[in-house]
Amino acid sequence: MRLYAVVAAGGFRRYATYRVATAAGVFTNTVFGFIMAYAYIALWDERPQLGGYDLSQAVTFVWLGQALLMTCAMMGGGFEDELIERIRTGDIAIDLYRPADLQLWWLAGDLGRAAFHLLGRGVVPLLLGALAFDLALPASPLPWLAFLTAVLLGVVVSFALRYLAALSAFWLMDGAGVLQVTWLAGLFFSGMLLPLTLFPGALGELARLLPWSSLLQIPADVLLGKRTGWGLVHAYAFQLGWAAALLAAGRLLQSAATRRVVVQGG
Amino acid sequence: MPRTAGHPRPAAHLHTLRSGLRAYGLIAAMWMRSTMTYRASFAMTALANLAATSFDFVVILLMFAHVDTLAGYGLPEIALLYGSAGTAFGLADLAMGSMDRLGRRVRDGTLDTLLVRPAPVLAQVAADRFALRRLGRITQGLLVLGYALLALDIAWTPLKAAVVPMMLLSGAAIFAAVFVAGAAFQFVAQDAAEVQNSLTYGGNTLLQYPPTVFAKDLVRGVTFVVPLAFVNWLPALYVLGRPYPLDLPRWLAFTPPLVAAACCALAGAAWRAGLRTYRSTGS
Repeated sequence: MRLYAVVAAGGFRRYATYRVATAAGVFTNTVFGFIMAYAYIALWDERPQLGGYDLSQAVTFVWLGQALLMTCAMMGGGFEDELIERIRTGDIAIDLYRPADLQLWWLAGDLGRAAFHLLGRGVVPLLLGALAFDLALPASPLPWLAFLTAVLLGVVVSFALRYLAALSAFWLMDGAGVLQVTWLAGLFFSGMLLPLTLFPGALGELARLLPWSSLLQIPADVLLGKRTGWGLVHAYAFQLGWAAALLAAGRLLQSAATRRVVVQGG
Repeated sequence: MPRTAGHPRPAAHLHTLRSGLRAYGLIAAMWMRSTMTYRASFAMTALANLAATSFDFVVILLMFAHVDTLAGYGLPEIALLYGSAGTAFGLADLAMGSMDRLGRRVRDGTLDTLLVRPAPVLAQVAADRFALRRLGRITQGLLVLGYALLALDIAWTPLKAAVVPMMLLSGAAIFAAVFVAGAAFQFVAQDAAEVQNSLTYGGNTLLQYPPTVFAKDLVRGVTFVVPLAFVNWLPALYVLGRPYPLDLPRWLAFTPPLVAAACCALAGAAWRAGLRTYRSTGS
């Protein structure tokens, strides 16, 4: 356990090193936040209460998306490139030799990364958004706590998905294509482009059942007070269920993959 | 060939330009061959590129599933803005999209390798990792533009018809200038590639919507500070016969080539200034 805490702290520190990059990222998130917020305002001007959100909730949704984009790695940006590179070059053999669980090792590092991105790239855009627009943010600490729990579960689901995608490199060698498809699904089905409640009919129902809704739609709904009481329990159960299923699938694929590893001498 | 005493500089410029284009072509061809080594992966990334850029339009379609107009504009009108911005940005991205890697090259010292090669550095950086998959974005932009031109009811004049291709090419040049200026900025702020992305990708997203969506100050900023409004807003609103933002004069619809030339000149100057300040990491 101590080992994984150290790995997580390492993941946090590693991203904390890039201060200019973080500032530049905050700038980008803020620019996109403004563009999206204005587009949403135009949309909600025509149709107030669209998708069950009022105008200020809709704009809040935009800024939460910008705040969680890096935390839940909706467009990637986590460990997956590195893992693929290690698989491609064969360095993965060294990782397998370590007295640590491969999946937990990468998960710990990714949790550290997510924690940094939440603080480094999440807080400031949300604050700037709150300064420029009328956001529907709760005043009491309890909804925030519920939100952070949903975000944590969302990060685990996101990790499990990206881990599965990265392992495909054992078979494909070049995992860039699979990663890109994964990121696209993340972007589309997380609610990052548009709240999933605006997706029509069957597409909307499907989107809300897929694991990616854990990344933004559920945390945002929790913060906006759309999920309370049993609804909140149901949301957590949904996220936990996907996390468990996807982590288990990653484990299966990992053991199948490591049986394939042939260490080239040198 | 002996240099004519009177005009040495234009000839020298022409020579640099020609060798730059040649280097660009050679490097781009090399990267295309390398990409084709993993054909399955290339097919997937090209498709993903097409899909990723289509998502923006899917969002607009999803919006129009709920409303008839957005900030006073109908779907075909927004499609014209979207298609023109997307195509112009796609062209610039294909040619110059690798410029955002400059910061990394400065950090890890690999820029030094480019400096000692007998080819212009700008051409080498721009062609680095030349990605044919970016054709996906151009394809998608052109498809939406085609839909817009079919769906719109425009009283075409020769002038209006000429504005459309002019808008795409000038727009691409303006975006390309932003790419180069952004890269020049990275000589100073080495890991600030995202600032550049917010102007390029962010600018593209912004221009997909009509100016009536945005606050006046934002529109002023992208007209007078970073002249993105000249990429498509001003020429496209002329084609559509729509009122201009900020009550600008209508003849501005024909100025994008001039604005593009000025932007490229400024970006080129910024690039040369950046390159002069470059100090190797020594590693």
